[in-house]
Amino acid sequence: MRDVAIVAYIEGQNTSATTLSPVEMIVPVVHEILNRANVQRSDIDFWCHGSCDYMTGQPFSFVSAVDALGAWPPIMESHVEMDGAWALYEAWVKIQTGEANTALVFGNGKSSAGDMNRALTLQLDPYVVAPLWPGFRSLEAMGARAAIDAGTVTERQMADVVSRSLRDAADNPNVLAYGYRDADELLDEPMTANPLRAHDCPAMADGVAAIIMTTADRALEMCDRPAWIRGIDHRIDFQNLGLRDLSRSNSAALASYHAGVTKDKVDVAELHATYSHHEIILAQSMGIDRSTTRMMPSGGALVANPLMAAGLARFGQAARQIFKGNADRAVAHAAQGACLQQNIVAVLEGN
Amino acid sequence: MADDILRIRTPIGIDYTWSSGPGSVVYMRGLENGKLIGRRCPACELVYFPPRNGICPRCGVLLAAEVEVGPRGTITTFCVVNVPFLGQTIKIPYVAATILLDGADIGMQHLIQECEAADVRMGMRVEPVWKDKSEWTPSLENIRYYKPTGEPDADFDVYARHL
Repeated sequence: MRDVAIVAYIEGQNTSATTLSPVEMIVPVVHEILNRANVQRSDIDFWCHGSCDYMTGQPFSFVSAVDALGAWPPIMESHVEMDGAWALYEAWVKIQTGEANTALVFGNGKSSAGDMNRALTLQLDPYVVAPLWPGFRSLEAMGARAAIDAGTVTERQMADVVSRSLRDAADNPNVLAYGYRDADELLDEPMTANPLRAHDCPAMADGVAAIIMTTADRALEMCDRPAWIRGIDHRIDFQNLGLRDLSRSNSAALASYHAGVTKDKVDVAELHATYSHHEIILAQSMGIDRSTTRMMPSGGALVANPLMAAGLARFGQAARQIFKGNADRAVAHAAQGACLQQNIVAVLEGN
Repeated sequence: MADDILRIRTPIGIDYTWSSGPGSVVYMRGLENGKLIGRRCPACELVYFPPRNGICPRCGVLLAAEVEVGPRGTITTFCVVNVPFLGQTIKIPYVAATILLDGADIGMQHLIQECEAADVRMGMRVEPVWKDKSEWTPSLENIRYYKPTGEPDADFDVYARHL
């Protein structure tokens, strides 16, 4: 295996509704991350992008994103119809095969362009479930209900997660949920999709996240303290919700095991928990002790959820904790699909 | 009864709010006022019309200066459409051409009318025929089609690097 590290992370300004085109959103982020790593376009030998056509309603909308990259002379690039975290995985594999040494990975989404509660439903089985338009929030409420009924999650725990996320959001200028409230106040709010309250659901955003990763030869040129990817794995649960125990995430547990999460202490975890109960289910499934691990110092996806970028942002935020020396060992996680169906997990280390 | 179900139709639909982005706004506002506004790349200095997404895809930078182009241009390449298809609104044979507007560096596609398809050629000079002003919207459809100007053909050297 080649040693590969995340050496730079940049996110665009998250907004509730931008008038920029998706490509215009990407351009400044690409410029900024190249500057941050102090590299030229020609130093990047693989570009990988994660986005979703259903978000803009344009087939092959990702093709226009290549306009943002300055693809002349021709570049080697690829795209996944997934969160940018899966683009990171593809780039990691590309580097492992020796076909690339330095990759720029980005994910972007314009959640404001359409009804994401509907659009996300299109990830479901297209024959039997998706035509029912169950609504994504309702599915996540089903997952939360299953977890509460199984006794693995309580409403109080969910409120505690939200309260902590709002507190951390105060230190992050790039969020869309404001104002600390304690768990008692939050539990006084009405439910909007039983058992979810409005604050249990993510603050949807338009945004971009970008990461540069490279090999041991160059990592220290680009970053004082690179975040080395010591393990990475992704797994998928059944598409059929009726065949799954929604109170846990088998695929997150498997990915965590194979990434080596529990082999040592976890200083910081950035989990892609877009609904408050996800954090509790994920920590249980992945073997992360929430009482000793600093959870989502960025505030997490609850306080800013730029679809298709928010998962990659977890990798970036976890890497930032290593860059800054706040953590020696961090876990990054991204999820996609209904009720934590698909999960990717990485262990990042500073040494 | 379930045995009788052989096929189901499950139509789907989502409404979208599409924003052109500031990079294209000057282009669309221009069309609304009968002007053809492109934009120049600050790095390679090429003038894009339309200013696609406000980006120079060659350099990966935001386009800058607004540049009025045309209205006349030169046919760089063309295609004679002889095939009838559903929804066709123009009588065949007709010509779809790539037109390099004066002052622009990339060609755009439009119709050529008011001449025989067989007479259309590379280098032919053309000018736009606009719809009535009352029908103008922020769209290139404000131009009904292009027609020959009758000027002498442009030299090949003029458009050689824009093919």
